[in-house]
Amino acid sequence: MTEFFSMFGYSFMQRALIAGIAVSLCAALLGVSLVLRRYAMIGDGLSHVAFGAVSVATALHLSPLWVAVPVVMLTAVLLLSARENNHTRGDASVAMLSTASLAIGVLAMAGKNTDVYSYMFGSILAVRAEEMWLCLLLGAAVLVFFLLFRDRILSLTFDEGFARATGQRIGGIRLALAIFTAVTIVLGMRLMGTLLISALVLFPAMSAMQICRRFGSVLCAAGIISVLCFIAGLCISYQFDLAPGATVVAANLTVYTILRLVRR
Amino acid sequence: MPLLTVRNLALAYDGRCVIEHLNFTLEPGDYLCIVGENGSGKSTLLHGLLSLLPPTQGEILWDKCKEPAYLPQQTKQQRDFPASVEEVVRTGCLNRRKLRIFPLPDEHERVEANLRRFGIESLRRRPYAELSGGQQQRVLLARALCASDKILLLDEPTAGLDPLVSAELYRLIDSLRDGGLTVIMVTHDLAPALSSASHILHLGHKSYWFGTTEDYLQSPAGCGFAGGTIS
Ligand SMILES: Nc1ncnc2c1ncn2[C@@H]1O[C@H](COP(=O)(O)OP(=O)(O)O)[C@@H](O)[C@H]1O
Ligand SMILES: [Mg+2]
Repeated sequence: MTEFFSMFGYSFMQRALIAGIAVSLCAALLGVSLVLRRYAMIGDGLSHVAFGAVSVATALHLSPLWVAVPVVMLTAVLLLSARENNHTRGDASVAMLSTASLAIGVLAMAGKNTDVYSYMFGSILAVRAEEMWLCLLLGAAVLVFFLLFRDRILSLTFDEGFARATGQRIGGIRLALAIFTAVTIVLGMRLMGTLLISALVLFPAMSAMQICRRFGSVLCAAGIISVLCFIAGLCISYQFDLAPGATVVAANLTVYTILRLVRR
Repeated sequence: MPLLTVRNLALAYDGRCVIEHLNFTLEPGDYLCIVGENGSGKSTLLHGLLSLLPPTQGEILWDKCKEPAYLPQQTKQQRDFPASVEEVVRTGCLNRRKLRIFPLPDEHERVEANLRRFGIESLRRRPYAELSGGQQQRVLLARALCASDKILLLDEPTAGLDPLVSAELYRLIDSLRDGGLTVIMVTHDLAPALSSASHILHLGHKSYWFGTTEDYLQSPAGCGFAGGTIS
């Protein structure tokens, strides 16, 4: 047991733990609304846009974070907050956007240093103090947002047409969800890598929906599952010297599979 | 002053006109049934009336209060949505909160009254996804009536329900009118439309027919519904 806790004696492990818990919680809460609104593919697309932005920023010697955050935010607002119009926001256009960003990213990083690789596969143990604080700030903001506006988030997620038709003020909620999603994906990309961050959005929500039938409990369960899977993944990856991001996703996959099997 | 005036209305998607040159008026307490073939623009018209779709031409004038109650056409993804009955009904009260964060003092009472009105108090903790189709529609009606008890717009409320449950739902909607509720309902069941509605709007692909139910029965459009269509 002491050996278990000794790994958190290192300050890089403490930072990884704190930042990871905050991001896992955000991703899980936002993921519930995204999955239920059938926007799961958009989460994945945003992570590829983030990768493209980071590569281009690195090539131009700009700060990756400060370029990626606004670019992904803008994309998220356009995709998630644009007026309801199913005919122009097909799967195909999101897939095109995401592969195009990937291609641009790969071209931009040709012959460059390994910094971009750390965004592609994550570098959870290299999280800097200011990144950890950003994650904590985001986590607190998302948590408070969900506590205060749970009813409105439910209304928007369950039936946006009804909400708008009856004059509910949900425009701000939709915008906030898009912006939080963008920031979560960019910060999470640093921890988990571009290729894996959307797993953090999808798996906890899907797992929670296997066992819960009420919106409030789905949110709670998704948050708890996500945080526990992150802690477990981090510890296991440390003990067995595995890639942390992939181990966290594997933990999520295991939980999902078990819940799927035991369900009724 | 009529409750609703629709003047020379045109509605379109991406420049493709679905409804053109539509004119009609409704008084408070009227019961309008909108009938017509699939794809004739019934749902589109409701979206226009609810300001979900801006008119490309003409105007829609509501008298004073226009925050209507709405029962949308149910989508597949809603049917297995993880939420309890109470959670769903409570979202009907959100429009009255405006920009306030916390619930209004009368919200709880409103939810209770509507759960009682539709006989679903005992289902309140049940997951919405586990209810029958008829029960789900009652839940959505309770949610709608939390939002407003002046005007109710319904889009095919009995789609996918068996005839017995449909008849009960139509009776329930009829009974709501005792409180002076104005009802605008899209339906493909002509029988309840003719027995309860005060007005009929029959949408065809190029033209439409509007008038009282008695006139409708005499008109070619009304006779035609048994066999042909207008236009
Ligand atoms: N969101 C949309 N974008 C483009 N066209 C649409 C959209 N919704 C409906 N339509 C088209 O408008 C026409 C009328 O549809 P709708 O109002 O749903 O008919 P109804 O409810 O009478 O069956 C149909 O031809 C349909 O294909
Ligand atoms: Mg329709």
